[in-house]
Amino acid sequence: MAIFHWIKTELTKTLDGPLVALIFTLFVISLGMLYSSSQGDVGAVLTQANHFAIALVLMWVVAKAPLEYLSRLALPLYLFAVVLLILTALIGEESKGAQRWLDLQVIRIQPSELLKIALPLMLAWYFDRYERVLRPINYLVAALLLLVPVALILRQPDLGTAILVFASGFFVLFFAGMSIRIFGFIATLALLVMPFAWGLLHAYQQRRILMLLNPSADPLGAGYHSIQSTIAIGSGGFLGKGWMDGTQSQLNFLPEGTTDFIFAVIGEEFGFVGVLLIFLVYALLIWRGLKIAAQAPSLFSRLAAISITMTFFIYVFVNVGMVIGLLPIVGVPLPLVSFGGSSAATVLLGMGVLMNFRANRRIVQT
Amino acid sequence: MRAHRYRKSSSVLNEFNARIHGGIVAMLIMSALLLGRLFYLQVVNADYYQVRAENNRINVTPILPNRGLIYDSKGTVLAKNYSSYALELLLGGTDDPDRVISGLADLIIISDEDRRRIEDALRVSSRFSNIVIRDDLSEEEVALFTSNAYRFPEIQLSAQLYREYPYGEITSHLLGHVRRVSEADLQRLEQKGLKTAYTNSDWIGKVGIEAFYESTLRGQLGLNYVEVDSRGTEIRLLDRQNPISGQNVVLTINIALQQVAYDAFADQNGALIALDPNDGSVLAFVSKPGYDPSYFVKGLDTTTWQQMLDSIDRPLVNRASSGVYPPGSTLKPFLALAGLEAGLRTPAWSMWDPGYFSLPGSNAKFRDWKKGGHGQVNMHKAIVESVDTYFYKLADELGIDTIHRYLTRFGFGAKTGIDLPSESNGVAPSREWKKRRFGTPWYPGDTISVGIGQGYNLVTPLQLAVATAGIANGHSLVQPVLTKAELDPTFKKDSTSITPTRVRPLLMSPQNVKVLQKAMEGVMRPGGTAANAAAGATYTMAGKTGTAQVFGLKGEDYDENTIDKKLRDHALFIAYAPADDPTIALAVIVENGGHGGSVAAPIARKVFDAYFKSQP
Repeated sequence: MAIFHWIKTELTKTLDGPLVALIFTLFVISLGMLYSSSQGDVGAVLTQANHFAIALVLMWVVAKAPLEYLSRLALPLYLFAVVLLILTALIGEESKGAQRWLDLQVIRIQPSELLKIALPLMLAWYFDRYERVLRPINYLVAALLLLVPVALILRQPDLGTAILVFASGFFVLFFAGMSIRIFGFIATLALLVMPFAWGLLHAYQQRRILMLLNPSADPLGAGYHSIQSTIAIGSGGFLGKGWMDGTQSQLNFLPEGTTDFIFAVIGEEFGFVGVLLIFLVYALLIWRGLKIAAQAPSLFSRLAAISITMTFFIYVFVNVGMVIGLLPIVGVPLPLVSFGGSSAATVLLGMGVLMNFRANRRIVQT
Repeated sequence: MRAHRYRKSSSVLNEFNARIHGGIVAMLIMSALLLGRLFYLQVVNADYYQVRAENNRINVTPILPNRGLIYDSKGTVLAKNYSSYALELLLGGTDDPDRVISGLADLIIISDEDRRRIEDALRVSSRFSNIVIRDDLSEEEVALFTSNAYRFPEIQLSAQLYREYPYGEITSHLLGHVRRVSEADLQRLEQKGLKTAYTNSDWIGKVGIEAFYESTLRGQLGLNYVEVDSRGTEIRLLDRQNPISGQNVVLTINIALQQVAYDAFADQNGALIALDPNDGSVLAFVSKPGYDPSYFVKGLDTTTWQQMLDSIDRPLVNRASSGVYPPGSTLKPFLALAGLEAGLRTPAWSMWDPGYFSLPGSNAKFRDWKKGGHGQVNMHKAIVESVDTYFYKLADELGIDTIHRYLTRFGFGAKTGIDLPSESNGVAPSREWKKRRFGTPWYPGDTISVGIGQGYNLVTPLQLAVATAGIANGHSLVQPVLTKAELDPTFKKDSTSITPTRVRPLLMSPQNVKVLQKAMEGVMRPGGTAANAAAGATYTMAGKTGTAQVFGLKGEDYDENTIDKKLRDHALFIAYAPADDPTIALAVIVENGGHGGSVAAPIARKVFDAYFKSQP
């Protein structure tokens, strides 16, 4: 009994109870909605459960690692990820008009996913290192560290991941105290550059943005996803049509119902009430993340924690925004709910980092 | 344990904490944006999106009703339905219908008419409705398609009902025909607010009884509510609203009599209307030549269509109720009655006929058909021998205004109101009519020609038959009707009997009418112009012959053996029988047939014989 208790505490002592509870709640929602939107495909549910299991192991490992490993690993991990990104651009596999995957014989990976965790760690480490001697030049270097991988990801092209990676870096810069005026300047510059950037976008990306402005212009073409997901959500009404009873998803009018558009299935089958409940789960998770960030033991951990938490929010915001027709369709999954292994892995890596900070918060406070 | 640097007083930390609050506010605002939009979609507009989701999911497919049958008065079927196979293009299934159709054309004949119809349908049809490519496939074609069906996943073989007319061209002008609805039909139906009652592969009655009784015969579309997935594949039947079969229509026509009448024309063209003078029931309605209505049902190819339009015999013209002809001498009994009623003539009044008539103060001679004239002529003789001179003089004395008044009373110049579409008015000439039509005043000479039915007057065979029925019954102008009942095919409802709706009194003295009845009996007796046609009949007949000029060549130069057939005179004949208690009245016209007595009257005799043989 004592041994069993020892194993239990050893296994779980660095894990954060509230976060684990919220993550498992999302797992249940994910598997349930997946079963519905795949029309009862047990195979898909098991595959996703497997994804979650692997991601949980990663989370556990990261949570248990000594805190200083994370800051030491930040630079090598970042460099490794950027090199992989460059390799992807050179020798990556092309599918559906985008070059996102790198086949390393042993494992097929999507380096851009790695950046979602590597970039905030890198920038947090950078600001932590130069904390006493912060000069404007440091912000410039940080911006460069941010923009290089984002530009590489945009080139693939993968607008959704680029937005998330950019957000993760941006939050570090912002919370590191970068001057609001500089943000204002950059934002103005971005607005001025936008017409030129438009020309750099791929035709399908331009179409998706235009379509957002007027989805009914091409109801069977570019606007189809947006219209059908809006119908699915709207027709769910207040209480929803019931689990497995959503006509839009069950009869395949809703495209990508198991992946990027799974939120529409929730909206259709569980209505406004279901939407509020899942929002509550996400809000609690983010609240927990903010609390961990506020209590984190160092500038590195605070910056990394706040970036991971706020990026998680952006994840949800962009996905829901595109599913309900507020944002262009950029291919961002609903974190921890959409079908897919790499997204689950990177999100739970981030959660592992948060838990690590949580577990080590007392180290310097005492 | 090595500690990280951690300084509570750091300005960076203060800034950090301030910015966390900013971040929270930003997240709350963005979340409110999402929730606001979700509230708008799911709470405010839920009904709208629920309807749109249902429209996605539910495909409403029409089920065509059984069209009502058409019977003759003895219960013989004149129009029925048979089932056969059609090839339909599933529109959800292909982006390139042209390619599919040209691929199919290698296997199965697709006419130009079919192609044009498909093009029309493609232009107006919705995403999931099917379009008929070919109708009424033969057994060989069905077998050929079935064995190649795997090559055409976009095409389906479907069982359909087709219209069949067992009597073909004999009833073609009477019944008309059904065709697939055209784009123009759909537009017209839309204006009437009936568009949803038809599908775009539907049938519609185009002419004749089929068109006039369209709403009766048609029935009501049924609807299948089918759940479909995003590719249009049917998942299950949600609901079915059964179609309501059309009502059967029973005609007053006696098809045996119609057949006899049609055959009696042999190779000649013309029209014959036979009706019951007491109630207006039409017994035979013949317009020759007819056409084969199955051409229209199965889809007409351009060549055949052009041939029908160009044919000198004009087979698509309904001569019986839409064709107009000069009445010739068949108008004389009606003018004679006008003379009696107007008080200008008595039966005994007589005149000397020198073989011509001249207007006072004029040398121009209006010639009688008989050189040298008929001698002393009273009204009876004027009818029996069809004396032109008598009627030249009578017409001149009556004047066009009086003539117009009496001809109108017999229904000339106006539609009879028969239950058929596109009936002609004919012409009962008057001063106003001529002024309107030609912009010239009426001349006295115009009246003289009217006296022998040869001037501006134009009548339809139907008008002539109705006017004849008026003399036959002696008191009323009946409204001709072709149908006597509408029957519910399921016998759930009582059948509706159709009785003549309008019977207008002639307002003429019975004695005066009697004079003309006797005179018309005289026409059929030895010495009369149609005596030969009545020889040996077991019943008594009354009639009047007519020969209507087609071409203004009358006189010495006219020789019917040398003149072009199309310029020859029309032969006319009106008659009723039995003379003392008539049960049938008719009008016959034989186009370019020559003399009424020798050509048209024998046709009437055959119809009468057949009619009385069948009567118990």
